[in-house]
Amino acid sequence: MTLLQERARTAETGQRRGIRRNGSLTPYLFLLPYSLLFGTFMLVPAVYGLWISLHDWDYLLPGKPFVGLDNYRALFDPGSAVYEYFWQSMSATGVFTVASVPLLLTVPLAVALLLNRSFPGRTFFRAVYFAPYVLGVAVIGVLWRFVLDPNLGAVNALLGTNTPWTTDLPWAWVSLVGVTVWWTLGFNAVIYLAGLQDIPRELYEAARIDGGGRWAEFRHVTLPGLRPVLLFVVINTVLQAANMFGQSYLITQGAPGVETRTAIMYIAQTGLRDFKMGSAAAMSYLLTLALLAVSLIIFRVFRSRED
Amino acid sequence: MNTQLSRRGVLALGAGAGGAVLLGACGDSGPSDKVTGAGRSAGPAATAYTGPNVALAFWNGFTGGDGDYMKRLIDQFNTEHANIKVAMNVYQWVDYYQKVPAAVSSGNGPDLGIMHVDSLATNAARGIVLPLDDLAASLNLTEAAFSPPVWQAGVYRDRRYGIPLDVHPLGLFWNKSVLERAGLDPEKPPATGDDYLAALDKLKSAGIEGSWATPFQFTGSLWFQSLLWQFGGDLFDTGAQKATFAQDPGVQALTWYTDLVRKGYSPRNVAQDADLVALRNGRNAFNWNGIWTVNTLAQDKSLKWGAAPVPQIGTQKAVWAGSHQFVQFKQGSRNDDKLTAGKVFINWISQKSLEWAKGGQVPARKDVRDSAEFQALPEQAALATQIDYVHYPPSVAGIGDALNTVVTAVNEAVLLRKEPARALSDAAAKADQILEQNRKKYGG
Repeated sequence: MTLLQERARTAETGQRRGIRRNGSLTPYLFLLPYSLLFGTFMLVPAVYGLWISLHDWDYLLPGKPFVGLDNYRALFDPGSAVYEYFWQSMSATGVFTVASVPLLLTVPLAVALLLNRSFPGRTFFRAVYFAPYVLGVAVIGVLWRFVLDPNLGAVNALLGTNTPWTTDLPWAWVSLVGVTVWWTLGFNAVIYLAGLQDIPRELYEAARIDGGGRWAEFRHVTLPGLRPVLLFVVINTVLQAANMFGQSYLITQGAPGVETRTAIMYIAQTGLRDFKMGSAAAMSYLLTLALLAVSLIIFRVFRSRED
Repeated sequence: MNTQLSRRGVLALGAGAGGAVLLGACGDSGPSDKVTGAGRSAGPAATAYTGPNVALAFWNGFTGGDGDYMKRLIDQFNTEHANIKVAMNVYQWVDYYQKVPAAVSSGNGPDLGIMHVDSLATNAARGIVLPLDDLAASLNLTEAAFSPPVWQAGVYRDRRYGIPLDVHPLGLFWNKSVLERAGLDPEKPPATGDDYLAALDKLKSAGIEGSWATPFQFTGSLWFQSLLWQFGGDLFDTGAQKATFAQDPGVQALTWYTDLVRKGYSPRNVAQDADLVALRNGRNAFNWNGIWTVNTLAQDKSLKWGAAPVPQIGTQKAVWAGSHQFVQFKQGSRNDDKLTAGKVFINWISQKSLEWAKGGQVPARKDVRDSAEFQALPEQAALATQIDYVHYPPSVAGIGDALNTVVTAVNEAVLLRKEPARALSDAAAKADQILEQNRKKYGG
């Protein structure tokens, strides 16, 4: 024991000496590559975006008049051109998030629990559930637009109905959420599966010896065991849902009216199609703040549970 | 199909400057004299080029069958002109309208390109395309050689930025077998509003919803715009100060269009492209669609179909059209040889536009339209008869932003979520605000 401690100590001092010899720069040199990428692609654009949001900005026009907080004020002024559209798009994003996140947390968990049991063909089914996730949004968008077509689509033909899957509410939301769950559940399922395989078998045995049933096993062993991955899954799913763009863009085109046009879709249109980048940047910052707040709340909830 | 998809993509995302925020630092341009070279952008004559060898980059969005026609023309041009080498790059239109401004602002833009008429003013205002007045002058190109609407569409603030290549109007497409099934003459499409409704009634009694009305931009809002002009209205007032599409003619037009659904001539909730698919499946009889549909339907060998000018529903003849126009892009450093060679190219292709018309277009040039060879293309020639009453959106920078409110209004009305008058007045209020924003932004 003393020998080990001794060794540890020498190792430690040796290390210190090494750093001193190579200069105190060493840790920063290690950080440099990442900071360079982070700075170029995250930090600088973020700050630059803040600067843009204070201007009437079109990168090709010579004049980019400074307008102070006008772009932000317009977002809170019911009489402005952007107010109604912007909050409409924010609420569309909200509806989608609230409707899809619970499903994207529970359905993949159920799938993961099933796929974690041993049965013949397990690997095949694991692949099947993950498969849609490898498709691009353009593929699944066009595919489902045809399948869900209210008058000519396969779904209505099979059901013998003429439900307006893509052109009326609430059906458009049902479609968008359904398609998204089908498309992305594989990702969360894989994360859950990894989490499940980290839970020690002995805990299940102990639970069984204590006379716990399946529900008790799930409630007292599986769920607590998944806590480490749960925070990641929740945050990631919420952010993904809040960034929804392609499904609405391709399947419903924002219809009916602009009711399924999400915040990201409206921001992209304002900034990249109408070239009102100042206004679009201001919207992005509001959306970022909202997501930051939601993320903080989620962190809080998880922390208080841990305490 | 491809043309239609890509064309839709353009209007859907519009002319976007994708992810070019970081490039913003390089953008010092604008429609100033510095940019446009204060007048002529190259030497006078452009019918021949005798300078040293030059290579020209020509970008466009002809991703469908139309790209092959253009490619063939370019190959022919390259063989005939030893000292000019044109290389074509094709992008999806929606990507194209994002890439070009970014490329031009960094000084690496292509020499030549194509722009849709409704994107021209915006790109001129943003200093991306160069004036071509001298080209028109040196080639003696005049309004009479084209047709007034399409010739005027290339002008922004008294300067010409586009040389018209083609016109793509809406037309009436119909399924002959479906008409026969309902006891209608398959060779005689309706030409007036009364004829149209009479035909629809007959189809209805045969159990066919004969005129599917799509709520989407392609081609629902184009159909609405055609009707608006037919009823004597317009989208905007002179100079695009205010939206006028919510006035009486607009309400009449949109009411007529939504009545197709209300009166059972069209199913509710028609999804994107379902109208045309239904026509091909024999479930829809009539479809107002772009001339590019000629290509799509021609591939369907078993389908019996026809194309005619759109019926006159309102008090006058009118129809929506788009137009591809040649443009020259601003360069990092000016090269007069390239500019001249580019003009030779534009002039040459424009004279050869008969080949181009075979891909599902109406040539912009009158002499080509009048040629026997063009008249031998039955569908194209039929739709070309509309050339003198085609309408375009006004040549105002950022007009597409305001037009998107029309798309929304048509969508809400056809899906029966708002009364036509209400949908239009809501949209017009929005459009007025957007027009005002744009006046501030682009000046004027």
